[in-house]
Amino acid sequence: MTAAGRSAGRVARGISPPGALFAVLGLAALLVPFMTIAANRIVAGEGVMVWRLATPAAALPGVACIVAALLVGLRTHGQPLRLAGAILGLAGLLWLLVQGAPALLADAGDYARVSPAIGFWCLLVILMLLMADALAQMTPGPLARTGLLSAVLGALALILWSGALSPLSILQEHAGRSGAFADAALRHLALAFGSLAVAGAIGFPLGILCHRRSGLRASLLPVLSLLQTIPSLAMFGLMIPILGWVGDSVPGAQALGIAGIGFAPAFLALVLYSLLPVVGNTVAGLAATPPAALDAARGMGMTPGQRLLRVELPLGLPVILTGLRIVLVQNIGLAVIAGLIGGGGFGTFVFQGLNQTATDLILLGALPTVALALCAAIVMDILVDLTRPTPKEAA
Amino acid sequence: MRIGTVLRPALVLLLVALVLRPAWFTPLFAPLAPANAPVIYERSSLLSLSLSHLGLVAAATAAATLVAVGLAIFVTRPAGAAFRPLSRTITNMGQTFPPVAVLALAVPALGFGAGPTLVALFLYGLLPIFENSVTALSTLPPATMEAARGIGLNRWQRLVRVELPLALPVMLTGIRLSVVIALGTATIGSTVAARTLGEVIIAGLLTNNTAFVLQGGLIVGLFAVLIYDALVQLETRLARRAGA
Repeated sequence: MTAAGRSAGRVARGISPPGALFAVLGLAALLVPFMTIAANRIVAGEGVMVWRLATPAAALPGVACIVAALLVGLRTHGQPLRLAGAILGLAGLLWLLVQGAPALLADAGDYARVSPAIGFWCLLVILMLLMADALAQMTPGPLARTGLLSAVLGALALILWSGALSPLSILQEHAGRSGAFADAALRHLALAFGSLAVAGAIGFPLGILCHRRSGLRASLLPVLSLLQTIPSLAMFGLMIPILGWVGDSVPGAQALGIAGIGFAPAFLALVLYSLLPVVGNTVAGLAATPPAALDAARGMGMTPGQRLLRVELPLGLPVILTGLRIVLVQNIGLAVIAGLIGGGGFGTFVFQGLNQTATDLILLGALPTVALALCAAIVMDILVDLTRPTPKEAA
Repeated sequence: MRIGTVLRPALVLLLVALVLRPAWFTPLFAPLAPANAPVIYERSSLLSLSLSHLGLVAAATAAATLVAVGLAIFVTRPAGAAFRPLSRTITNMGQTFPPVAVLALAVPALGFGAGPTLVALFLYGLLPIFENSVTALSTLPPATMEAARGIGLNRWQRLVRVELPLALPVMLTGIRLSVVIALGTATIGSTVAARTLGEVIIAGLLTNNTAFVLQGGLIVGLFAVLIYDALVQLETRLARRAGA
């Protein structure tokens, strides 16, 4: 079996197995509906194949780009070329949308909506995985990743700003509520980052205290992990009576916006969820200081405070930041639930969309959340890498 | 530990009472309900909602465990090694996907009801189990593996008798993470018309009835905490047995 596997690998040298998988799946995705056209925003749409999107001449360049990307992706070597191929493929997808949407709308009714369909989403995922696969093997440094992320976000902003995609249903939904969308985005960011800041302010000193006192650590960490297991909807719900009571009974609390529903219970629930990763990773980061470094610090006559600030914290920083990464990604996702208790954020659109069975409204809430979480994860990973001491510095 | 021996049975009793005899708690919840509104959720039996909730989680987690462990075994064999970096990329990217978003995105594809919830629970449940299984299977003690080869076990025997048993505690940690996430996501599943305990909370939110919200929240929260605790106990026991 091993020998057979190896020899098969040798025979098929030059063809990467994941690349072959991508190619098969990608070509299959070209054979299912690429876009849908519906009579209005509620009813289910009718699938349209790639070759029916517009005139064949208009669709051909896009399909060619996608096929080229899948073929280049078959290679095992030359990762920059695979990356370029994947980007070309994504451009092909975009081309098809830009060509297809107006052509489909041209002979449809006033309320007709066009949306990307299963074929588009599958190809998008496949090409993005191809891109990620190529990138992962190139192992770009923090600077290169920052550049790449900015380039991707810049391109995305440019595409959206240019209006080339505005015939799409999801952007029609956005156009109808662009003010509400901006508010929701701000509220979402306030929930995610605000709760991170508060959790940091509480959890960080708590983590240092836990590091010093094993008794506190043994009793606090299990409580925090139990808190984390409480399902999000239950947690948000449980905050309502508690904060409602605080708002009613503490003078001045309501003036600060503390009430049973809205921003405050969502914020508090997110803070509670964030405590475990912050405290846990602070403890783990501080505990991971090499004993030799601590001995040296003690030998130099550093006080416990100096040791903490100059030795333990700098060395534990990557682990502590990893905790913040977990919190940020988790909170961006959980903040969606705030939409159910009147806390605002992108969740508002998700749940409105679910109520109205308006798919594109759901997407208007879900896609920015996913994009935000991905960006936050990438940025935090870059920060963690930047703070990690290189072996030379550590020596 | 000592707190646990007292607290655990007490919480189990509280949960059982909340599910089977909700009427007992009427005086407790009454101040939270709006005037003339029902205090105790009676639109459907809490027991059937609990069973449906736990059933969804169990089905999704069982399927996710089978698939994830199978994939983990595949990528840790020489034949599947080429997929290892890709699988790591997918797991890393997939885990940044919020569970709610997975649920919301499953609805356009599958419609309303238990279907999208089951699929979302399954997809999201794969990641922690897969990640932990790969870690466990690729960090087995080399001396043990060498010994297994030395006594003439073939690849299949090594996998079934040595690798999987040794990897089990770490795999279980993945399953526990997956169950906890699934319990939470299933709760939200009631917004897409899956029959789960989230229904009680949502009904409370829609009618401004905090009594319902608290009732549902307590039941779901207790289930999650107790199941988590039970799985932790199981893991410690297995790890102790594997270590002994």
